[in-house]
Amino acid sequence: MKKTSNVEELQAISKQVRREIVEMITHAGSGHPGGSLSAVEIVVTLFFDAMRHDPANPQWPDRDRFILSKGHAAPVLYSVMAECGYTPKDQLNTLRKLGSIYQGHPDRRFIPALEASTGSLGEGLSLGIGMALAAKLDSRPSRSYVVLGDGEIQEGQIWEAAMFGGDKKVDNLVAIVDYNRIQLDGFVNDIMPLEPLADKWRAFNWHALELNGHDIPALQAAFAEAERTKGKPTAIIAHTIKGKGVSFMENNPKFHGVAPTEQEMEKALVELR
Amino acid sequence: METKTKFELKMGVATREAFGQALVDLGRKDKNVVALDADLAKSTYTNLFAKEFPDRFIECGIAEADMIGIGAGLASSGKIPFAASFSVFAMNKGFEQLRVCAAFPNVNLKVVGTHSGISIGEDGPSQMSIEDLGLACSLPNFTVLSPADEISTRVLVHAAAAHVGPVFIRTGRPKTPIIYTGEAKFAIGGSAQLTDGHDLTIIATGLLVAEALRAQESLENEGLSARVIDMYSIKPLDRAAIIRAAQETRAIVVAEEHLVASGLGVRVAQVVAETAPVPMEFVGIQDTYAESGTPDELMRKYGLVATDIAAAARRVIARK
Repeated sequence: MKKTSNVEELQAISKQVRREIVEMITHAGSGHPGGSLSAVEIVVTLFFDAMRHDPANPQWPDRDRFILSKGHAAPVLYSVMAECGYTPKDQLNTLRKLGSIYQGHPDRRFIPALEASTGSLGEGLSLGIGMALAAKLDSRPSRSYVVLGDGEIQEGQIWEAAMFGGDKKVDNLVAIVDYNRIQLDGFVNDIMPLEPLADKWRAFNWHALELNGHDIPALQAAFAEAERTKGKPTAIIAHTIKGKGVSFMENNPKFHGVAPTEQEMEKALVELR
Repeated sequence: METKTKFELKMGVATREAFGQALVDLGRKDKNVVALDADLAKSTYTNLFAKEFPDRFIECGIAEADMIGIGAGLASSGKIPFAASFSVFAMNKGFEQLRVCAAFPNVNLKVVGTHSGISIGEDGPSQMSIEDLGLACSLPNFTVLSPADEISTRVLVHAAAAHVGPVFIRTGRPKTPIIYTGEAKFAIGGSAQLTDGHDLTIIATGLLVAEALRAQESLENEGLSARVIDMYSIKPLDRAAIIRAAQETRAIVVAEEHLVASGLGVRVAQVVAETAPVPMEFVGIQDTYAESGTPDELMRKYGLVATDIAAAARRVIARK
């Protein structure tokens, strides 16, 4: 794969990934387009720029670890991993079909290069801590990046892990909250509001920053800042738009967990040209 | 191993303490061994490991779900983590994480439950793990071990570390009679026949192995010959030993300090039903929670002592 820090190239990859997400989920007939589309720039910037990894050597002990704790956004990860060369691109449209490596939620049995099997919300931050601690024990440079959903952090285990990460100064750990403000039953603010969110992480002794999660230079700067921050893990509150890039999906709770129709896909692909 | 007919049951240390000692030994042999605890290190004896290897001991606070997740993450990065807590907390509070982060991806996490069963005594039912074998066995990929004494515990802790994949080890709070000598061999998927007999087989696990041996002696005095098997590997199960017992003794009693509805007994019964149906009786905790009391009082009240096993033996023989 060719890594790049060039913003225009990362934007072009992001657009390509969005097209693949819409196509995959439409072909599958089920899935979670909204939360996949909201996380595109976060995942693209990590895999193509910020993270230390090598698709030719997926078991490289010094690699950074990526955990998609919000496992229902699997299509964004599959598209990016395929783009990197970890998995075959021409099978992306087998998503959710019997025998496909592209399972409904990330499954290491089918894709060994995945760092974690996820899908039951609230569990990825603890896994990321374990991997970060292993790196520290072995004096390796590996860092753990965990992408959390905003609704997901209503889970209590997240705050157990937050307390641990702050107390134990796990500074090779980064949590990115994909704050798209919508969960399955509706708007996060109506169901279980999270604010003041950055202050919550700070209260747990994390370094916390907020940014526009679709702003690639801001993401690049944040990942660099996280790496420079010693003695604390970093939480990046990434304000995003659910369904980003497709006008009729943006901020529409319907597209949390419903696949587009063929016609909707065609319309979306025109917008994503 | 050598088969004896009489056992002098000398009191040894608790199986939880033997675990703590074995963990230190493992830590000396392999720097990848790490220990995690959730504020019970003095009770689970992971404090022995913490003292010798402070850098490899991870205190998680009272947060079992997080502990299991961190352990799974460590295992995914090549460590051999042992996460310990009271069995009821490790298994029940960590169950979802054991399922999704350990069993499903088949990671190399070892979970040690201490204070299992009702023999923890005075603390009462909220601390008593009577569902743990059923829960652990319900998880695909998991190996489930239930040692009876300090010697088998030490060997099985080492076997768990050598095995690649998730393992649950069930240990207890009280001091436990010593069943074995230092030469005894134990393997995942194995069992130990402690006495031979032809009238019935008593298959026991954990603390109830010693009770089974006491029952065997009293049955012998009545002229009844009981084979006693220590079924220390609950999953995988030693099917061959069960089938032989069913075919050769034609009656089986299973004895465990666990709910009868979901523990060793039902697993043995499945093998017997599939291969060589014979009358069976089940000694264990009925569909109830216990209460506070001394361990001895509770074991008697809830029907888990030698006289209960002997009574079950007479019943099962009468049904042959």
